[in-house]
Amino acid sequence: MSCITKFLGAGAVLAFTAGVAAAEPAIIYDLGGKYDKSFNEAAWHGAQRWAKESGKKFREVEIQSEAQREQVLKRLAQSGANPIAMTGFAFADVLNKVAPEFPKTKFAIVDSVVKQPNVQSIVFTEEQGSYLVGIMAAMASKTGTVGFIGGMDIPLIHKFECGYAQGVKSVNAKDKVIVNYTGTTPAAWNDPVKGSELAKGQISQGADVIYAAAGGTGVGVLQAAADGKILSIGVDSDQNYLHPGQVLTSMTKRVDNAIYNVFKAGANLKPGVKVMDLKAGGVAPAMDKYNAKLVTPAMKAAVDKATKGIEDGSIKVHDYTTDNKCPVE
Amino acid sequence: MSFDTIVSILDSTIRLGTPLLLACLAGLFSERSGIFDIGLEGKMLVAAFFSAAVAYVTGNAWLGLLAGIASSMVFAFIHGLASITFRGNQLISGVAINMLASGITVLIGQHWFHLGGITPALSGGARFQDVALPFAQALKGVPYLGLVYDQLISGHSVLVYVGFLCVPATWWVLFKTRFGLRLRAVGENPAAVDTAGVSVVALRYSAIAIAGILCGIAGTYLSCSLAAGFGREMTAGRGYIALAALIFAKWRPWYALGATMLFGLLDAVSNRYQTIDIGMLHIPNQFMSAVPFILTVVILAGFVGKAIPPRAGGEPYVKER
Repeated sequence: MSCITKFLGAGAVLAFTAGVAAAEPAIIYDLGGKYDKSFNEAAWHGAQRWAKESGKKFREVEIQSEAQREQVLKRLAQSGANPIAMTGFAFADVLNKVAPEFPKTKFAIVDSVVKQPNVQSIVFTEEQGSYLVGIMAAMASKTGTVGFIGGMDIPLIHKFECGYAQGVKSVNAKDKVIVNYTGTTPAAWNDPVKGSELAKGQISQGADVIYAAAGGTGVGVLQAAADGKILSIGVDSDQNYLHPGQVLTSMTKRVDNAIYNVFKAGANLKPGVKVMDLKAGGVAPAMDKYNAKLVTPAMKAAVDKATKGIEDGSIKVHDYTTDNKCPVE
Repeated sequence: MSFDTIVSILDSTIRLGTPLLLACLAGLFSERSGIFDIGLEGKMLVAAFFSAAVAYVTGNAWLGLLAGIASSMVFAFIHGLASITFRGNQLISGVAINMLASGITVLIGQHWFHLGGITPALSGGARFQDVALPFAQALKGVPYLGLVYDQLISGHSVLVYVGFLCVPATWWVLFKTRFGLRLRAVGENPAAVDTAGVSVVALRYSAIAIAGILCGIAGTYLSCSLAAGFGREMTAGRGYIALAALIFAKWRPWYALGATMLFGLLDAVSNRYQTIDIGMLHIPNQFMSAVPFILTVVILAGFVGKAIPPRAGGEPYVKER
């Protein structure tokens, strides 16, 4: 990262050390960036909603490099921000170290579990939502081949992949799922050119529905799918509007609700693990006017049935992160 | 591996190799004239940004291309001013260009579009659409050849064809024209060129201007053709890979084509086969994505033979002491 962005980062750090009276909540976005049209943007929407309703302000920082995680977190805590929310598993190690230093500050982390008395860990059951979009993908596919493009190759994203594959196979056990990962470093969250190249590769292998769980990289995947006249599935935020009529659905992860709740609770934030599952409205396939024509009644019925099944426990969707294994390939 | 797979990997190779090829030829012109150009990356990045921004505002990809070339040439001119006119260190000037590009694109992008430094998505005429060559549809049925023509040769963005045409054009300019002879001479022995009454400074400026144009096309290809819009740091090190390819190609245009397409191929293969299982041996994704870089080191270290850079490269020309 360049000097200039470092200056910007330093400037931001200075800005929030200057004069803070009331405890304002704060949010730190991960490397994908605030406007990734996906994960971080969802968090931003939640914070915005809180600000609009309460009429109060919040502080936000977009980190520019790995090295800034700890620095930004400490500075925010020192300046009296409370609670401090951060998006992304990558903050887990740093938070584990920093949280005990500021026992009076409440922290919230999305997508990872940090066992500290002043941390709320918010986790989503991505495998359940991915299972549902997998059902839709298999029903929409004509070739019997569907694709999955992940961002960084980590267990969390394998959780998406595994849930998706289970959903696909539940409809048709013979369907093929082509899997690609963008990379092995956090830069993989923000490489749309590579995303679109991977999508083109999957299209040439016969995939006609591609699910992108790749943050900002997904923009490129959705673009390539729209260019190649096949369907895609968005992630985290509702991305159906990006290419109306060409995005089958989006596996929404209500990070916005999570952040909204954190900010609303303020300093009274309850520590512990909070699971946002299908029942709690934490994950769901997005249905709106942009994909209304793509979702057939049969698809809708199948999704509703599977939703009920998962909620009452009759369908068990395996969570990859529990044993780092997927029952289907 | 079926024939279809090979064609689709080669197709991907062309897409991934083209920006490298254009940047590599840009570096070739610049370095053949004796100006080291670390700033390929920065010039591509700034071109990617301005082309996407202008294409978005005007809805016309060609105007975007012009803006991309213009911005890249401005940066090339800054490099020239620092390293030719003021005889500064060319490497430092190049690094400065990269930093400036990395910061300024995000800064201006945020100021104009308020999207965190990215441009809005381009659609329709704001992007270079794929060109279908004549008879591509008709020949589709012909076994093998039809597939190669339809998938591999036809159906790329017009900038890809421009890139490939630049190779013979560069060869012709460099080795068959008077300008090319002088350009090569000025990179080897500027004093001799000066003695012959030809301006060293003018020759070097024209070389970096050509480099600016080529980087401009490369950047525009990234943001207005491969992707649909500019993203922060979207060149992702391609400028440096192009430099490596330039050394690999020993500063020759046809070799540059081979070198950049090899890098493109390695990239395409690692995209396609992210994990390989050979019997008991499981090769993980991490290794496959590192393969292009490992091979780069191996190839550069062992197989190129001796790559001799232009003799006067990196040294500012001083007429009189």
